[in-house]
Order: sequence, then C-alpha cells, then structure tokens
Amino acid sequence: MSDIVLETRNLKRYFGAFLATNDVSLKVERGARHALIGPNGAGKTTLINLLTGVLPPSEGQVFLEGEDITSMASFRRVKRGLTRTFQINQLFSEFTPLETVALAIAEREGVGHNLWRSIAGYGKVVDEAATLLARFGLASVMAERTVILPYGKQRLLEIALAFASKPRVLLLDEPAAGVPEDERHEVLSIVSDLPADVTVLLIEHDMDLVFSFANRISVLVAGALFTEGTVAEISADPRVKAVYLGENA
Amino acid sequence: MSAVQQETTVTANPTADAESRATRLMKRRSRVRFYEIVIWLAAIAAYFVLPSKMLILTEIAILALFAVSLDLVLGFAGIVSLGHTAFFGFGAYIAGLLALHFIAEPVIGLIVAGILSGVLGLLTSFLILRGSDLTRLMTTLGIGLMMAELANQMAWLTGGADGLSGFSLNPVLGLFEFDLFGKTGYLYCLAVLFIGTMIMRRIAFSPFGLSLKAIKGNPMRAAMIAVPARKRIVTAYTIAAVFAGMAGALLAQTTSFVSPDVLAFHRSADVLLVLVIGGTGYLYGGIFGAVLFTLVKDWLSVVTPQYWMFYIGLILVVLVLIGRDRLARWIEYLPERFSKSKEEGR
Repeated sequence: MSDIVLETRNLKRYFGAFLATNDVSLKVERGARHALIGPNGAGKTTLINLLTGVLPPSEGQVFLEGEDITSMASFRRVKRGLTRTFQINQLFSEFTPLETVALAIAEREGVGHNLWRSIAGYGKVVDEAATLLARFGLASVMAERTVILPYGKQRLLEIALAFASKPRVLLLDEPAAGVPEDERHEVLSIVSDLPADVTVLLIEHDMDLVFSFANRISVLVAGALFTEGTVAEISADPRVKAVYLGENA
Repeated sequence: MSAVQQETTVTANPTADAESRATRLMKRRSRVRFYEIVIWLAAIAAYFVLPSKMLILTEIAILALFAVSLDLVLGFAGIVSLGHTAFFGFGAYIAGLLALHFIAEPVIGLIVAGILSGVLGLLTSFLILRGSDLTRLMTTLGIGLMMAELANQMAWLTGGADGLSGFSLNPVLGLFEFDLFGKTGYLYCLAVLFIGTMIMRRIAFSPFGLSLKAIKGNPMRAAMIAVPARKRIVTAYTIAAVFAGMAGALLAQTTSFVSPDVLAFHRSADVLLVLVIGGTGYLYGGIFGAVLFTLVKDWLSVVTPQYWMFYIGLILVVLVLIGRDRLARWIEYLPERFSKSKEEGR
C-alpha cells in the first residue's frame, strides 16, 4: 500500500567506539509529515547527516525513491530532490539573502555553471528569489549582508534556502530553534503549505509543534529506533513519556 | 538613494514590488565602482607622466595579471596554492619557444601560451581536489618545483640554466613595434591586464562566480544547494592557469628573455604576498597589491640593497600576525566614505 520515498536499512555510524546511529531501519512515506523525536544526544542530527551525505555511514544503506544513494555526493542528492536545513545556521555570511537564494535557484535550474552572464541577468531566478524571501518576511533585508542580520532572520533564511531547491523530500533539523515564539507556527505553517506530495521529515523538541504538524512520529533513543507510530499512539505511549521526562523534565 | 521610499512601497505590496526591486538590487552589486575608473585612468596617465618608468610599470602590470588570476582560485574558491608560478613559467616558456621557433606575432603567442597553460591547469587541477589546505599547499608547491626542475633538465628545449634568449617579436597586431624604452610593452601589458580583469569581473558576478564564493564561504551548505564543488574548482583553476600563463607570456615577450627564474618558488610566494597586501576576493586586490608590492620592493632594494629581502619578510610576518581575516577586510578599516563603495563590491 505504501509508497516509500526515503528508506534506511540497518544504518550504523560509529564515532570511534561510540555508536551514534545503531541499526536504524526507517521508512518514510511519500507526502508524509514525519517527525523524528528523541532526547538530546539520541543521534537525530547524525541520522540527518547520514541521509544527506554530510557523513558517510559505517554500515547500512540509504535509499531515495528506491535508488541506493548511500555513496552519492550531497549535491547530487539535492539535485534528486533531497535537501535539508541545519540545526545551526549554515549560511554564506558575506552574501545577501537575495544572492544566497538566487544561487540556490540558479543551481536548481541548471544555470549555476554559467560564467559569462551576470546573475542579475536571470530575471526569473532573481524574481523567484525575491518572492520566496518575501514569503519568509525577508523582503526588507534581502540586500543586506547575511552576517549582520539578526539571528531570527538568519534562521528564516536557513529555511527559505532549503525551499529554494524545491525539494521533494525536505529534512528539517529543529527549524523552530531560535525563531521567536510567535513566529514559530508561521514557519511551520509555510512548511505545512508545501504540496501534498512533498515529504517532510522534521526533528523538533517543541512537542506542541510536533503534535500539531506531524502525522507520523519516530522516536530515537541512544542512536536506535525506539518506537514509531501515529501522533495519537506516540502521545499516549507511557514509555515515550518516560524517556522524555527522564531527560528533559 | 531612495531606500526609505522603496521600503514603504514594499510594505504596501510586498511581492510585486520586491520583484522589480530585486533585479535592481542585484545589479547594484555589479555596477562599476569609482575606484575602478580611477585605477585605470591612473594606469594610462602613468604612461604619459612617467615615461622613464616604463619597465617597472610593465612589471607591475604583469604581476597584477598574475595576482588577479590567483585571486580567482584563492579569493573566490578559497583554494590555496604555493605553485601558481608553474603556469606563469610554463606560459613564459611557451611564448619564448613560439617566438624563437615558430611565430613572432605576440598576440598569437599570448593566446597559445594561455591555452596551453590552461591545459596544464586542467590536468593538475585534479590533484588539488582532495585534502585540506595543507595538502593543497604541499601539492601545489610540488607541482611548481617539478616544473622548475623539468625546465632545468630539458636544456635542449629550454636552454637550461641559461634560459631562452635571442628572439625578437613582431609588432603587436602588426601595428605597434616594441621600442627600447618599453612604451609599447607597457601599453600591451596594460591592455591585456585590462581585458583579463574585465573577463574576471564578468565571471565574478555570474552564477559561476557566486558559486565559487559559496564553496569558499561554506562548502557544506554549498553542497546542500546542489553546487557541484569539484567541477567548479576544476573550471576556476583552469581559467586561473590561462591568465597566469598569459602573464608569463607577457614577461617573455616584453623582455625577449625567459630565464628559469620564471618558475622559481619565490614568484609563487610573491604573488601570494601581493594578494595578502591587496586583499582577496574582489579582483582589484591583485592590482593594488601588485602596485604596492613592486614599489616597496623597488624602494627597499635601493635603500638597503643587501637586506631588502629581510624587510619583505618582516612585512609578511607583520601582515600575518595582524591576521588573515582582518587583512581580507582591510578596506573596512578605511574611513566610511572610502570603504562604502568597495565594501559592496566584494
């Protein structure tokens, strides 16, 4: 019945002797709003790094739309529609938001290698970048250097940048962290507005956000998949509560 | 300009106004700066004002082109190289050999030297793709040293330690004859520097140029917006080799001599120093740096003929102690009025 878009099989990752990802076999359905939760140090970010090729796994495989992408370079995965945001902003400090997003769109459109035409000459690319920035409330600062922007704005740019690649599978690593409380739901609502066939895998600590956003939840504890289920199942699971209360009370 | 006014229209209709404004804002980054016009006018003025200084002016123009070419890999893509003179020297030998055996037309010699240096750059670029800055320094240093030793050993072709001499060049494009005072030579080099810088300038504001800066700024994120870093670095390195080779060819053509010194390690170090002085990542750093470096070197070698190298070394130490980061941003330490326009240029 299910249409699996992203899958890991027996994924393991060691850092020295420490097993950060322990035999994770995860399946994410097309169009899912899938949340990945777990206490600090559970290996959530490591798993995202393995999925996107930032880190190579020690063992196991990663599949995107049924294709083995375990040893595929990150930029090729992005070209195939798998992209992410980072828990800690990874931006180009000397670029303006407009340049940042326009470059991502230029790469998506396959014109990033053009070395003769000015990027300003790609009217469609620049306009699309501006429209996207406006959606994230960044229109007024789009020509400022990123490094001087307030943290909250940088955070929004981080998320807008992932949107610029028009992902089919979007991995969000704590997108709301550092976003002011009143803007959090706005950010998540932009994510929710993505077309239904776009798959979202979300890491988040804010349980209200998770429960309002996700339709499926996987719980990661000590690098291993602890349990998985619907929002109702997970929120009612006493073991999950115990895991969380034990950690962050 | 009318930033306030724009701001209000944006709030009125964020999407529609942001669009037309966006292209304008993007274009603003690439418009011609005041200092650019000044430097080219000054370079032309120097021809008339300093007729006795043609040789040092030529030297500056050649070093500037060499430095601008290195800036494309160092300042844009963030690839460090201690062997950039491999291409400079290779271009010089090609130009010398062409003039000696085949064709004495300088422009054709220049273009052929550039193309062949580019091929050498393409072939060696794969060696710099892997590893950290330190490995790259060592690899590029190795390439430079190997080229120097090859030139030294292949005496039947290169003249060995004696170098290549006894060739003369036809007038540039059949029109401008090289004269004893180096006037034609200077204008020729200046013209090539100008064209080269303008080409690099176009590249700098293209999606390709932007992607190079992205690779330098944050390689992990660059990969996450689908920038194929290795491909881009190979292309940048090849283009840089073309222009470095042309700079070498200019030296061979204007001096009618190629010595093994064109491949010497100190040239790679000098050109790095030029960029450290002038600043990286905005092209004109290579030009400003070349002017300052050559003048300081010239002055020191007059003031203290025996120890000028010591002072060059001292300057380098001081520059490094101040810090690479602050150096790259020296422009920001200028008074606001001067820094503003340059600031945006980067």
